[in-house]
Amino acid sequence: MHLRKLVWREMFERKNQLATSFLAILLGIAVVVAVKNITFYSEKAVARQLDALGANVLVLPKSVSLQDYYSADMQNDEFPEEYVQRLALSDLQGLDNLSPKLSVPVRLKERGFTLTGILPKSEFQAKAMWAGAGIFSRPAEGCGTVADVPGAFRPEAKETLVRQRVIEDLSDTEVLIGADVGTILGTKEGDALDVLGRTFTVTAVLPQTGTVDDSRIFAHLHAVQELAGKGPVINAIEIIGCCKEISGGLVQKINKLLPDAKVVTITQVVDTQVKTNGMMSRLSLLFLGIIVLVGGASIANYMYANVFERRREIGTLMALGAGSVVILKMFLLKALLLGLAGGICGYVLGTVLAVALGPRLAGIPVLPMPALVLWAIGISVAIALAASYFPARRAARLDPCATLQEV
Amino acid sequence: MRLEAVSKSYRHRGHTVAALDNASLEIVPGDFVAVVGPSGSGKSTLLLVLGGMLSPSAGKVFLNGHSLYELSPNQRAELRRQKVGFVFQTFNLVPYLTALENVQIPLFLAGLDGPAQKERAATLLERVGLGDRLDHKPAELSIGQQQRVALARVMANEPEIILADEPTGNLDPETGGQILDLLEEMNREGRTVVMVTHDPRAAARAKRTLRLHDGRISSASN
Ligand SMILES: Nc1ncnc2c1ncn2[C@@H]1O[C@H](COP(=O)(O)OP(=O)(O)OP(=O)(O)O)[C@@H](O)[C@H]1O
Ligand SMILES: [Mg+2]
Repeated sequence: MHLRKLVWREMFERKNQLATSFLAILLGIAVVVAVKNITFYSEKAVARQLDALGANVLVLPKSVSLQDYYSADMQNDEFPEEYVQRLALSDLQGLDNLSPKLSVPVRLKERGFTLTGILPKSEFQAKAMWAGAGIFSRPAEGCGTVADVPGAFRPEAKETLVRQRVIEDLSDTEVLIGADVGTILGTKEGDALDVLGRTFTVTAVLPQTGTVDDSRIFAHLHAVQELAGKGPVINAIEIIGCCKEISGGLVQKINKLLPDAKVVTITQVVDTQVKTNGMMSRLSLLFLGIIVLVGGASIANYMYANVFERRREIGTLMALGAGSVVILKMFLLKALLLGLAGGICGYVLGTVLAVALGPRLAGIPVLPMPALVLWAIGISVAIALAASYFPARRAARLDPCATLQEV
Repeated sequence: MRLEAVSKSYRHRGHTVAALDNASLEIVPGDFVAVVGPSGSGKSTLLLVLGGMLSPSAGKVFLNGHSLYELSPNQRAELRRQKVGFVFQTFNLVPYLTALENVQIPLFLAGLDGPAQKERAATLLERVGLGDRLDHKPAELSIGQQQRVALARVMANEPEIILADEPTGNLDPETGGQILDLLEEMNREGRTVVMVTHDPRAAARAKRTLRLHDGRISSASN
């Protein structure tokens, strides 16, 4: 016989009365775990989306909407390449990277791909007045940190290479191909590839990114312009701007500089998602408040009733020599067990809910988050202990004889 | 054990009820005292005061030289655990524990480890003739068997003093006889027994009888 066994026996003997409190805490924890779990993956999805887009400011022709640009990745409208110079030569602050882009559809082996012209980094550097303006350094974390050290090759950078459109060197006869292009055409590094009548050498097959980039062929912008016969035009300028300057009206300033183009920020794309996430966070806080109140009240109520019901038993234990500490421990241990069970079961139920409902509610895949189990147990145990403290103290302070006299 | 001018009054709906009125008495170690008296005369109150469960309104109670009610409640609990055993008219077994586990409670409170508790509890239950009922819950035992479990539980910590409040009050004469046999046996081992009873035959088994009337000890006969 230990205190644990005594408590355990009592809980099982009267499990029906315990059930309500257990359910209250279980459901509360489950809901919060589910909301937290879905929110986490939703936020991650936003981050991934932003990352996949690479740039955070886009300059597009007036007729093209952001939706068109990202869904079709192709449009017929263009504007002069000269816009890039205008931007680079302006005194605008906070432009970390500019990449002009021209995309044209091509058919290879009966399959449609996108030939995208980009400007390699060396091209920019050749223009002395652009160098040193800081337009090639992409901020790794936050704005203002220069992460791109020329010559220092970082393998993990390869994946984001094209998305950043900062490619060290690309001659008129070289192409980079996306992973899907390589697979479908059976082309490897060093192979020759005929596109629109010109023979290119494949310098690299890019790793899978899961974005439209996988079915692109990247070539030098001027080569693409030449092959497309469109002259010095581009479809878009992707800009990596400093967050600070963006919120400080960078978009409006670019718009003033390029009145014939449309300037949008990517945040508009993910805006609804960000809003949903914010709502989910607030919802999770609200639910937390509710379980603290409802779960706590339910447990406190149950514990008071339990102490009242067991006063004879408490008196007997005291007559047998149990001090107030034993009685206090007896009830707090019970609360601890209740909290543990509620936390663990709540975590399991919440995780199941999140994994099952996440794709339907938020349209994203949701995986279990083991770290939340500690969180769930912590909250649940804290609520149970806090709610039981006063009932337990009352039990410990009961007058032993008063409990024994009434028959 | 000694009571010095002990009074206990309860407040009940505005007026006070005197349950014990200036009671003094001494009980020597190894004594077997029967406490008799009409209902409401303060017998149960006397027993609770003796056992350190109920502080008197006036007077002092000494147990082994300690003035009981000058100790803290937890110190009194500790003293009870070591020296005093209570037997109740309604047995007060813990309903969700088996006979064995009920007897283990005082041993657990004394800090014995699990196997030692079990062994000693089983021995005690065998001694009261319940060796084959170890895993029965109180509800699965007859009334007499329940009281025997309670007696085994009292014996667990080898108390010097046993305070029994109408231990046979709920039992038929034969089962009551068995319980009295056990109490007598404990008394022969040198333990002091104080037993409240309404039954003259039970009182006759004691070494002396204390008569209570309206909270006053009216006579003590041998
Ligand atoms: N908690 C209480 N509150 C108020 N009065 C009480 C309380 N307990 C006992 N009394 C009163 O104190 C007096 C003595 O009670 P006690 O229980 O000691 O009597 P008793 O001799 O044991 O009676 P019985 O033989 O019926 O068990 C009674 O008049 C009773 O009404
Ligand atoms: Mg009584």
